[in-house]
Amino acid sequence: METPALEARQVIKYFDDPVRVQVLHDVSFALGRGEFAAVVGKSGCGKSTLLYILSTMDTAYEGELLIDGVPMRGKKEAALARVRNAQIGFVFQFHYLLNEFSVLRNVMLPAEKLGKLSGPEIEHRAYEKLRILGIESEARKKPNQLSGGQKQRVAIARALINDPLIILGDEPTGNLDQKNAEIVFDIFKELAETYHQALLIVTHDNDFAAKTHRIIEMEDGRIIPQRP
Amino acid sequence: MKLPLLYDVALALLLARGRQSLVAAIGVTFSITMFIALLGFMSGLNQLLDGLVLNRTPHIRLYNEVQPAPQQPIDRYTGLDVGPARPHNFIRSIKPSNELPRIHNAGAIIAALRHDPRVRGVAPKTQAQVFYNVGTINLTGTISGIEVAQEDQLFAFGDYVTAGNPLSLNTVANSIILGKGAADIMLVGVGDMVQITTVKGSRVQLKVVGLFQSGLLEVDKVQSYTSLTTAQKLLGEANNYVTDIQVKLCDFTLAPPLAQEYAQHYEVQALDIQTANSQFETGTFIRNLISYAVGITLLIVAGFGIYNILNMMIYEKMDTIAILKAMGFAGADVQRLFVVVALAIGLSGGAAGLLFGFGLTVAISHVPFHPASLPTVHFYPVSFNPVFYGIAAVFALITTYLAGYFPARKASRVDPVDIIRGK
Ligand SMILES: Nc1ncnc2c1ncn2[C@@H]1O[C@H](COP(=O)(O)OP(=O)(O)OP(=O)(O)O)[C@@H](O)[C@H]1O
Ligand SMILES: [Mg+2]
Repeated sequence: METPALEARQVIKYFDDPVRVQVLHDVSFALGRGEFAAVVGKSGCGKSTLLYILSTMDTAYEGELLIDGVPMRGKKEAALARVRNAQIGFVFQFHYLLNEFSVLRNVMLPAEKLGKLSGPEIEHRAYEKLRILGIESEARKKPNQLSGGQKQRVAIARALINDPLIILGDEPTGNLDQKNAEIVFDIFKELAETYHQALLIVTHDNDFAAKTHRIIEMEDGRIIPQRP
Repeated sequence: MKLPLLYDVALALLLARGRQSLVAAIGVTFSITMFIALLGFMSGLNQLLDGLVLNRTPHIRLYNEVQPAPQQPIDRYTGLDVGPARPHNFIRSIKPSNELPRIHNAGAIIAALRHDPRVRGVAPKTQAQVFYNVGTINLTGTISGIEVAQEDQLFAFGDYVTAGNPLSLNTVANSIILGKGAADIMLVGVGDMVQITTVKGSRVQLKVVGLFQSGLLEVDKVQSYTSLTTAQKLLGEANNYVTDIQVKLCDFTLAPPLAQEYAQHYEVQALDIQTANSQFETGTFIRNLISYAVGITLLIVAGFGIYNILNMMIYEKMDTIAILKAMGFAGADVQRLFVVVALAIGLSGGAAGLLFGFGLTVAISHVPFHPASLPTVHFYPVSFNPVFYGIAAVFALITTYLAGYFPARKASRVDPVDIIRGK
């Protein structure tokens, strides 16, 4: 069997502030290549918390996290940063673009950090990603000159620049209107089906979730077993 | 990772906080400027004051003082060391023998010293006590017989002759260069005659060919110069009569050991410049210490300026730090980023400071300054010692690095999850 792109084994998470609360209980699941999954659940059930753990940014958990079959436990902070840089694309609900740089440069940054391609090649790729998202005409603008939906699409382009194995999204379409949300959905679907990237997207949008390959439903820090 | 990216991000952060960054850089510029100017000025003054002493003082002075016999004849009988029962001798009857403070065999010593590779120059001198006759009054005075050319070469004698030509001492017979103070009292000038009485009682007429001003009023009232031969004639001594041999060394720090060596070797007394002028070194040291302390304090204050701007920048750019980390920048990269920001502020400010410091030093060196004691000085003395610039640069680097290091370390520890969740 093919190694899953992302696998969580009995992930447990506590918050200690102000009192010790268990937020995730034995969360286990695997996400294969080319799989497009939606995570749904009530507010406060632990979706974001799980996503931060899966993104390797949060390391204070129990259990196992494997990315492309490689366990993440015990890796140094710098090694985890490299994993994030090369293998994970993250789209937040808020866009988090750097207003000091142009849209194009924002998209280029992770690739420049990776350092595998030359400057012009990276620029070319960045244009390509912006075109896929329909905003290549905004490339030279500063992020604060864009609309909310446009910013979000720039953030998605940035998450795609290194062709990551896994794309994680925390309500990436939460700030978008119906039309833009559909554009983003189509892009995600294409990434999964054409480029075999694994996508795990947290969403409150039931229509959006329904159209994905798979729905992971959470309740009080647990994944509800799916009926076949 | 590629460095240009880091520099680009650092530059973007700097530009985002352009004005504060500029103020912090100006703080560094100011402190480096003051550091350079202060040290340049202080050590210029130090060199001047030291030069005052070092230029005019021989590194080693060989002389022969009137001294009592080191061993009284009775010691030969009682012995110096005959156990606990040694009787105490309180008879000290033998007075110093009637001998003038001359250096025996001066010619040979001078010749030998001139061959010593450690010696830069030797100048003989003959001191004579005299009275200047002013009407019916006699003023005490000292006449030094010198070899003008050598004295000028080794001790810049000519610099202190304010009127007349020092070399006339050689060309005009029975000539004298009078101390300015003495000349003022006697109401004489260049070209006039003065009369002096020697210790032996003879009266001599001397022609004033120059006036001498050392800057020390007490000295100028007493001290005069004449040629070596004239001084020997005044004393009624032969032309080998020399009371002092002044030695200038190539490296004056060797003076104390060499003084001992010469004293033993030539059987004379020898005084080195360090012993003779120990207070000057102390003064120099303290002035330097104060300059360094003030300069370094300024730098540290500037360092706090950088520390503040960096802390502010990091506080403001939490989102940027979080997203950089989410994108795959490690803590170490973030830390390097902010250290680069700090160094950019410090180095640009510091480089400007070095230039302005140089400029200010040049400006100081053009400010008129006419100390009465130093006729050759017309402007404030400064030093352009490259060591100051080196120290300033190194200190700017260290303080900005430290000022950047601690905020940068804080930035490297920012937890992106906290920031992203906080939105
Ligand atoms: N830093 C924290 N300290 C303590 N408790 C926290 C912290 N962060 C989150 N929690 C708690 O953990 C639980 C899960 O939060 P999480 O953000 O994962 O929810 P979510 O499913 O993403 O909700 P939403 O859909 O509203 O975004 C919540 O009950 C929240 O109060
Ligand atoms: Mg959430």
